[in-house]
Amino acid sequence: MSVHEPRTLYEKLWQAHQVQPEAVDTPGVLYVDLHLIHEVTSPQAFDVLRERGIGVRRPERTLATMDHSTPTRRNDAGALAFVNDAAEAQVNQLVANCTEHGIKLQRLGDDGQGIVHVIGPELGATQPGRTIVCGDSHTSTHGAFGALAFGIGTSEVGHVLATQCLLQRRSRTMRVRFDGSLARGVTAKDLVLAMISGIGVDGATGHVLEYGGDAIRELSMEARMTLCNMTIEAGGRAGLIAPDDVTIDYVAGRPLAPAGENWEKAVAYWRTLHTDAEATFDREVTLEASAIEPMVTFGTHPGMAIPVNSLIPAATDGVDARALDYMGLQAGQPLLGHRVDMVFVGSCTNGRLSDLRAAAALLKGRFIADGTRMLVVPGSAAVKKQAEEEGLDRIFLAAGAEWRESGCSMCIAMNGDQLQPGQYCVSTSNRNFGGRQGRGGRTFLASPLTAAATAINGAVADPRELM
Amino acid sequence: MPTPEFSKFEARFIALPGDNVDTDRIIPARYLTTTDRTSVGAGLFADWREAYSAPGTDAFPLDTPQAAGAQVLVGGPNFGCGSSREHAPWALIANGFRVVVSTRLADIFRANALKNGLLAVEIDASAHSRLMAQGHGTVVVDLPNERLVLRDGESVKYEIDPFARRCLLDGVDELGYLLAACETIDEFERREEVTPCTP
Repeated sequence: MSVHEPRTLYEKLWQAHQVQPEAVDTPGVLYVDLHLIHEVTSPQAFDVLRERGIGVRRPERTLATMDHSTPTRRNDAGALAFVNDAAEAQVNQLVANCTEHGIKLQRLGDDGQGIVHVIGPELGATQPGRTIVCGDSHTSTHGAFGALAFGIGTSEVGHVLATQCLLQRRSRTMRVRFDGSLARGVTAKDLVLAMISGIGVDGATGHVLEYGGDAIRELSMEARMTLCNMTIEAGGRAGLIAPDDVTIDYVAGRPLAPAGENWEKAVAYWRTLHTDAEATFDREVTLEASAIEPMVTFGTHPGMAIPVNSLIPAATDGVDARALDYMGLQAGQPLLGHRVDMVFVGSCTNGRLSDLRAAAALLKGRFIADGTRMLVVPGSAAVKKQAEEEGLDRIFLAAGAEWRESGCSMCIAMNGDQLQPGQYCVSTSNRNFGGRQGRGGRTFLASPLTAAATAINGAVADPRELM
Repeated sequence: MPTPEFSKFEARFIALPGDNVDTDRIIPARYLTTTDRTSVGAGLFADWREAYSAPGTDAFPLDTPQAAGAQVLVGGPNFGCGSSREHAPWALIANGFRVVVSTRLADIFRANALKNGLLAVEIDASAHSRLMAQGHGTVVVDLPNERLVLRDGESVKYEIDPFARRCLLDGVDELGYLLAACETIDEFERREEVTPCTP
């Protein structure tokens, strides 16, 4: 392809990181700018290095945090107690591996600790134009900056540690345009749930998505991260949003952002990171953003989502019927008013400051319904600190919610924060798979606004009625 | 994990109906606190197994006598969606599976499977639905010719990335392949003047 041929943003990012082009018989070798690691998917990768007697090629290009199996609650002695010895041993293994290989680690208690997809952007490590990978499917989050970011498995974590590269085939491309503006009470979470319910949970398999349109330009960086985060829930390899002033303003001044002359050079480059006018995509989808309402899922995958005030649709095949059965729901029934036991606000999807502010704005001066518990888990130590400076913790606590330390918590339910069998939860996380939030637990995915409104009513609620 | 020799072999298959079988279902998160690759076998489909119910049967397909010794798992569309946990293919391998067949596989799961010597392939919907209907039996897995041979002798083609095929057939080690590109990577780093990302 000549340099004058129009290219998509994805093609520009791919070519800028191509160490070796792909051929029919061999995949391309793609350079990884930033590698993020955490305790769950990295130990076996370090073992491979040890077995083969090789080191980490560029330790300064890997950033580690602990988030998945870490406790969020202090015990009576004020200590953070792990759910079991295995979880603690896994975290200790990460400490040992990072120490051995000279990798920067954000530990529990550090200002920089938090969910891997929250701290990358927060520290300024996530930048437009970078390739970013992590042994975690929600790595797609970082695409919000116009970085090519995707989840990898543990074998590939080993490949990146050893060579700073991955073997990759180029993906197909898909443009998703959101026309119009979001209505009041509607968030990026609702946008992405509407998209997934429209194209399906495998609707984007094999594709890198690029989001565009007026509604996307109007989103804050944090909202863009929510949207790109859930690209994987449609099967997409990565989600991209071309950087603009919103992106550049967000990155400016962060600890790891370029400074001085390097900043000017970086910004000049970032301004070139957009799809050329004549470039074509393998697929195009257009959605009318202004028609989207607050969305809630009713089934066992994120594509089974409906507007909060509509009725549960009829089962179309055995799959839906089994999902409704698991959820204890029936077709034709409203979700609105359905009792919930738990509300969870947090995760790499919706655990950022703007998410907590949105939930707090609804909860201020109100109380969580009797019989409903609400867990608020900041996405990072920095989010927690800032929220406390703004008094958000006091709003949550006064309303009757629990205010925790940062981590993945009840999104993946590895650390002891989980549902009991049969319990219902409105959750701002990303997956409503059966058992995801605890064996037998039933999850309704929704935005932080819908979650807060639900906590107040003790039942699935339309946030617009409380705004 | 060593890659087993992979050529042409006859194997028992077991069908596991259900669309969108996510990796949380393949191995629930509480099994992920391990730091090795071999102890994950006990977690395979752990919660689904326990809660399984289907019309006319209460036995999870993998727990039926017909599943004994099965090396081929026939899963529904979008098998392996969700989390990137490589523990999913590790758990399948620990339980004796060498092949996963679906009409559509999630990207990360497929990549993880192939990197561990678990052949993960997509076949057309009509052949797939016949295997599902049959429930169990034997198939011939023919990697050199990129096909499955069904009971009635029908040959079902699948496509596999040529490099993944070579890795499986010739035991090419992907990490070794990347390490051999070391000088090209050095050259790339010099040319692009790559700078540290962390302090």
